[in-house]
Amino acid sequence: MLENIWVVPGLTFASFWLILFFGKRLPKGGAEIGIAAVGLAFVLSSVAVVEWNDRPATEEVEAVSTGEHGEAEAHGSEPDAHEEAEDEHSFGEVRALAVDLAAAEAGEGEAGEHEAEPIRSAVERNLTWFSFGGVDITVGTAVDGLTVILLFTVTLISLLVHVFSTNYMHGDVRFTYFFAALSLFTTGMLLLVVSSSLLQALFGWELMGLCSFMLIGHWWEKKPNSDAAMKAFLTTRTGDIGLLVGLVIMFFAAGQTFDIAAVNEAALTGAMGETVLLVGASALFVGVIGKSAQFPLHTWLPDAMAGPTPVSALIHAATMVVAGVYLVARLYGVFWSAFDIEAGGVNPIAVIGGITVLIAAALAFVQTDIKKVLAYSTVSQLGYMVMALGVGAWTAAIFHLFTHAFFKGLLFLGAGSVSHAVHSFEMRDDMGGLRKFMPTTFVTFMIGSLALAGVFPLAGFWSKDEILLGAAENGYRLFEVVGLIGAFMTAAYMTRCVYLTFFGSYRGHGHPHESPPPITVPLIILAVFSVGAGLLNAPGFEKFFELTENRVFLLAGIEHHSFEIVPAVVSSVVVLAALALGGLLFFAGRLPRGVTARSRAARAGYRLLANKYYLDHLYTGVVVGSIKGPIARAAYWANQKVIDGVVNGVGVASTRAGLWVYRHIDQRVVDGAVNGAGFGAEGFGGILRTIQTGRVQQYGALLFGATAVLALGLVIFV
Amino acid sequence: MDGLDDIALTAAVFLPLVGVLAMMFTPRQHEADHKVMALIATLATFGVGVYLLLRFDYARADALQFDVDASWIEVINSRYILGVDGISLPLLVLSMFVCVLVVVYSWNHFPEPHNPKAFLILILILETGMNGTFVAQDLILFFVFFEVVLLPMYFMIGVWGGEQRQYAAIKFFLFTLFGSALMILSFLALFFQGGQTFAIAELVAVASDNIPRSTQILIFGGLFMGFAIKVPMFPFHTWLPDAHTQAPTQGSVILAAILLKLGTYGFVRIAIPILPEAAQAWAPWIGGLAVIGIIYGALGCLAQSDMKRLIAFSSVAHMGYVMLGIATLTDFGINAAVFGMVAHGLITGMLFFVAGSVKDRFHTLELSRLGGLLIQSPRMGWILGFCAMASLGLPGLAGFWGEFPVILAAYNPAEGLSVGLFRGYMVVAAVGTVFAAGYLLWMFQRAAFGTPKEEFADTPIPGMHWPEYVAWTPMLVLIVVLGLFPNLLFGLTDGAVGTALAAFGGGGN
Repeated sequence: MLENIWVVPGLTFASFWLILFFGKRLPKGGAEIGIAAVGLAFVLSSVAVVEWNDRPATEEVEAVSTGEHGEAEAHGSEPDAHEEAEDEHSFGEVRALAVDLAAAEAGEGEAGEHEAEPIRSAVERNLTWFSFGGVDITVGTAVDGLTVILLFTVTLISLLVHVFSTNYMHGDVRFTYFFAALSLFTTGMLLLVVSSSLLQALFGWELMGLCSFMLIGHWWEKKPNSDAAMKAFLTTRTGDIGLLVGLVIMFFAAGQTFDIAAVNEAALTGAMGETVLLVGASALFVGVIGKSAQFPLHTWLPDAMAGPTPVSALIHAATMVVAGVYLVARLYGVFWSAFDIEAGGVNPIAVIGGITVLIAAALAFVQTDIKKVLAYSTVSQLGYMVMALGVGAWTAAIFHLFTHAFFKGLLFLGAGSVSHAVHSFEMRDDMGGLRKFMPTTFVTFMIGSLALAGVFPLAGFWSKDEILLGAAENGYRLFEVVGLIGAFMTAAYMTRCVYLTFFGSYRGHGHPHESPPPITVPLIILAVFSVGAGLLNAPGFEKFFELTENRVFLLAGIEHHSFEIVPAVVSSVVVLAALALGGLLFFAGRLPRGVTARSRAARAGYRLLANKYYLDHLYTGVVVGSIKGPIARAAYWANQKVIDGVVNGVGVASTRAGLWVYRHIDQRVVDGAVNGAGFGAEGFGGILRTIQTGRVQQYGALLFGATAVLALGLVIFV
Repeated sequence: MDGLDDIALTAAVFLPLVGVLAMMFTPRQHEADHKVMALIATLATFGVGVYLLLRFDYARADALQFDVDASWIEVINSRYILGVDGISLPLLVLSMFVCVLVVVYSWNHFPEPHNPKAFLILILILETGMNGTFVAQDLILFFVFFEVVLLPMYFMIGVWGGEQRQYAAIKFFLFTLFGSALMILSFLALFFQGGQTFAIAELVAVASDNIPRSTQILIFGGLFMGFAIKVPMFPFHTWLPDAHTQAPTQGSVILAAILLKLGTYGFVRIAIPILPEAAQAWAPWIGGLAVIGIIYGALGCLAQSDMKRLIAFSSVAHMGYVMLGIATLTDFGINAAVFGMVAHGLITGMLFFVAGSVKDRFHTLELSRLGGLLIQSPRMGWILGFCAMASLGLPGLAGFWGEFPVILAAYNPAEGLSVGLFRGYMVVAAVGTVFAAGYLLWMFQRAAFGTPKEEFADTPIPGMHWPEYVAWTPMLVLIVVLGLFPNLLFGLTDGAVGTALAAFGGGGN
């Protein structure tokens, strides 16, 4: 299976075409094709996970980096050996770095410095896609632990979303079309995950952009929906400027290849110049900011709620937004070296991630739409992942990606189930007290919320804890604090959300009822994963780490930190405090009323949040507005009045000149033409020689006239 | 079979004229006969194209094939030299292909004042001119074909065009003729200074040795004007929106799909190989105008309220990418440029087709009056969306390969060009991709999303006709196929591009 992993995206891609062409004629409107394809893809992905697990660890990889920490202390007495090792590495063949154990042991001094660890080698399979300019561009698959884990997650979430949608979207005007788009969306993510080349990854990346456009704007009859779709596409596309530039830089820096492994190795071995690497990585990261909705390009994600809820679940849990996180994780060699993550302290990735954690969590407090709460929560959690990558906690980042997929998918589908019952997403106006009417949805939603809040022993606890631990251990204390504050806020806003939705008294209309099995079964399955997924990396077991540890991880010499009790207790206390506070404020009814009326600062703060930090005003109003409005109009005015004015002016002037000639020279015109045609080859040779002598102006007019006549003569002659 | 090979290109050029001859002797009233004859003529020509594709020696795509060399105008040593290599073959076949589809589309889409006979004859004459330009290997022959194209297009716009057709037609004609005048001047200069020959291959071999650099640069200037106006490059583009807006649908499609490529093709075939040193001197300026065109064209698009005019401006932006690719003077860049030419031909051609069909149904292309196309004619709406996505360079569709590799090439231009400058261009070009997404999706949103405006809410809108299906399907399929398998085209052009750039040591890698 690992060799033929292309089958997985292939299945969903085939499903897209089949649904598109035959979906409408089928009894279930194409849903059956989608479910069968994604189901099969899930089975195959599971097989891939098992095969990967069984794959023997044969590849020995030695850390190439000679970091300042630890090592400098330990080997400070042997500066020569140190330097020697470094030189050898920077000039050595890229592939030769994978020394086998025997050679490493035989090596003098080096073997002692870095312990070569055995890992499972990635399964690669490449074909030449096209060649130009003497370069073969390949297309293919590369499978390692990160890939199989994501394949499993994506196909599982997608499958559950498909099942959920059969009921949720029942009777929709474009039911078939919706399922076709879901299949294509899934294909995009799967393609990205299995790609061995950056160019091919870009295909998956943009395919998701396209599908998000189609799905967010699914109900395009209403302008706000199509606006949201445009916003999603254009914002991510703005980030893609960076991605495109970054890809180009990486292509040349890695020696004219898009191969991901080669790019990583080139970055880690110092084959890329420092500036090039820094510029390239920064550019790539701009793409990540757009796609993974990081500050300041996060504004499209909450608007993307205009799409049907299952789409939100798919976008937020397993595809699209995690694509950016995946890209950083996949190209970690590049980011690791470019931003010197090993050094600790502060770096752009961690900063952007950290800011995103906090600003998005704050926004989640002022939302009344349940999906918007979850949307900002996603932004915030993506911030955690990016921050984790920024602080060198690679395993923790993808572990959080993994666990988050389940509980966020669960929460979105839960919100969908609620809206299915009350026909609204407004928590304040149309919900409340739903726990009595919808017990299954309530219980699963509670599990999801607690997992998101990071309560022991649910999934979120383990992955969040790993991030905090990584930040602390790698010298990023500041970001540990950010993470703790974020955890506090997360627990608090989720308490508010749960309270407004499920507790108190019902404020909506009609009689809400529990959703049918196609909706509740996916909820239950996701709840099981939200409870258990975290145990995969529980202390003493650490299967997740073992599965995902890859070549880049070892080459870079990233450290993995196992569970520690003290930080875990600290974060648990923080979360419990937030829950307690939330309980006090909402459940015990101690929410202070009228704070915004009394305090000017509170009012300003609230207004800032309610206006989403005015970023939307800046983007939509100022940037887009001015380009679309005054700037475009000015350019067009210049086009019509200035450039075209010259053209028309020349035309008018020529006509006038022609008239003048006709009036004043009149009868000589015929003679003139005859003479003009008489300009032979000889004459031209002489005239043209004057070009060299520089007397162009003098003869310019003469030349032009003669040429025009000759040209006309030739046209007529031939 | 060799005998056939010898006449293949001649047939490719003149078969349409055989059709014209037959049609001239058929009375104007027999409209059905004219349609069939025009279809047969274009299909037969396309058949020659298929023959060329099958017989082409792909291992030698860098060399001229099916070449013919016969004496022609001996007094000026201009010879009848034809030949195709990996660069001209795809463009030639594209031209043949598009002409067939345009004739098919015309089946029930004759613009006023009708007269299929004259209209179809013009299309066939156009085809001769376009095919001839792509196969001519002699400057005078090239020039003749280059000019042959002008007249039928002039009449097509001037007779079958919109309200301001006279103005647009004359502007198109004079503007291009002005460029041609300077171009022929340069051709003559090449003749006299470069070795008394008009044969491109010979000029490539000797011209740069015979002509001093300063003169080369002047001669290149003349060529530049001729080609840049045709492309059109900023700031010589103002004829294009008028011509496109006024031209009948078929005219717009041919204009966008093929005519614009005559200019870019001229750079790749003539200007750069013959005058490499001058090309190097001009490249920074060309690149600069190209990126201005990318942003400027996009801004122009955003200011439009007419769908067709918007698509016309988008051509300015897209041809900016092609020209930037050419200006890098690298393998990557020119390969991408040729790909971009074909892709733009298919995609923008399709966009004009759809615009034409929308206009047929709504009698307006005013975006503020349109809306809800997806409701009234869902298939056409989705095709419009597909073409918009293709046009904005979505990976997986043909447009991507004319865009991304250009950006790639600009990072590392040919030796001797300023790396810093071209990297600046690269960033601008990358920004241009967002603009492209902006105006295309904006157009799509206003035309296709939402609900129909009141004035059309109750108008029954006919679905797609069979000529539309037949004419569009092949183009849509090609857009996908080329998008997924770019080697179909890169494999063809790569070698020939290497030859064209021989003077640069095979590009700037």
